[in-house]
Amino acid sequence: MIAIVDYRAGNMTSVLKAFRFIGAGAAVTSDPDVVRLADAIVLPGVGHFASTRVLDDLHLRAPISEAIEAGKPFLGICVGMQWMFAGSAEAPGVSGLGLLREECKRFGTEVKSPHVGWNKVCMRGQSRLLHEIEDGEFFYYTHSYSGIMSKDCVAVTEYGGEFPAVIERGRAFGVQFHPEKSGEAGLRVLKNFQEFAC
Amino acid sequence: MLTKRIIACLDVDAGRVVKGVQFTELQDAGDPVQLARLHAASGADEIVLLDISATHEGRKTLLDTVRRTAQNLFIPFTVGGGIRTFADAMSVFDAGADKVSINSAAVSRPELITEIANRFGSQAVVVAIDAGAGEDGQPEVTVNGGRRATGKGVLVWAREAEERGAGEILLTSMKCDGTRAGFDCELTRQLGESLSIPVIASGGAGNAQHFVDVFQKGKADAALAASIFHFGIHSVRELKQTLNDSGVPVRWPC
Repeated sequence: MIAIVDYRAGNMTSVLKAFRFIGAGAAVTSDPDVVRLADAIVLPGVGHFASTRVLDDLHLRAPISEAIEAGKPFLGICVGMQWMFAGSAEAPGVSGLGLLREECKRFGTEVKSPHVGWNKVCMRGQSRLLHEIEDGEFFYYTHSYSGIMSKDCVAVTEYGGEFPAVIERGRAFGVQFHPEKSGEAGLRVLKNFQEFAC
Repeated sequence: MLTKRIIACLDVDAGRVVKGVQFTELQDAGDPVQLARLHAASGADEIVLLDISATHEGRKTLLDTVRRTAQNLFIPFTVGGGIRTFADAMSVFDAGADKVSINSAAVSRPELITEIANRFGSQAVVVAIDAGAGEDGQPEVTVNGGRRATGKGVLVWAREAEERGAGEILLTSMKCDGTRAGFDCELTRQLGESLSIPVIASGGAGNAQHFVDVFQKGKADAALAASIFHFGIHSVRELKQTLNDSGVPVRWPC
């Protein structure tokens, strides 16, 4: 079972619906014990980085962190991916997971912010999550902050410079776009993730 | 590069699409579920479902329609029309909408924008503005389908909506709406330049060139395509082909 972690930041319905559509067993939960027992964990996210503070309030940080250390598949989506970093300029003082040591930053003033719409994802390395997805495929984004480039970044998107579209570290994955809203290509990403979970 | 979005709009009355598109493979031209999926398959970047039910009875079917439409739709899905309260918005999100579009309710109680944004994020709040011409000739916010002027300037109100947490502005020019003579590129451009959030242009499309114009001259981030498919543009794919050929960045092939 894939646990979709609900930390009361927006709507989890669409992520759940997408996993169910591809035939994956998934459930939305805020229960640390359910997260511990899950085969894989998905951390969706929309809105403000500060909302990830609720993960601590609900005692969800430890089970997620332990699962990643134990090599359980993890997928962070949008703010869920940003939470894999140490923090974000959007909410100074709110700690991310720190799997990547950098801080997420806001887009520069040379581009409109938020970055909303479909943009190309270009490969920068071997991506397991993007298996059988064409280089330059379009995905749907809506965000004002982004992660920082590092060796774990396997695909990028260009918007006032390149930012990480996909990060992969072991079996921990992060996508800045919304696979649940990116049509066929997005469903393929979720399917690829699901295959790690079985 | 971020692409320009084509948003297919379904006008729904009592659960049925009115002025629906004639897809050859469609058995029921009034079924929003089938239409949304066909538009998505044809390359629409988003779907908007606008409830235009005139009666309370008609509106009661909205949530069921939203639920069924959202079920197998995996592109952004916005629902608007008749959302008056936070509870209305909440039930539409529960039914599967990704964004809500609010119009007169936001004008009469602007706090609604912030309430929804705080709970669901700014990306989930589209503020729709129906722009009419004020007495001084400046664009003025109207409500009730353009029938009632509010005295609010369009640019001032749009900036306020952005500050209060709106994630996008859906601008309909009442002067252009229904004319098929093209979008209001000038107002769209002015609005885009004074805001940081995306502007979706609506009203006045009659041919594919009008879309090229509203992206190139009007600097729109997205354009709403409602009934254009009656006037010679056969599908979103065909429209996007024209945009692509004209150098407008779109998600292509789609």
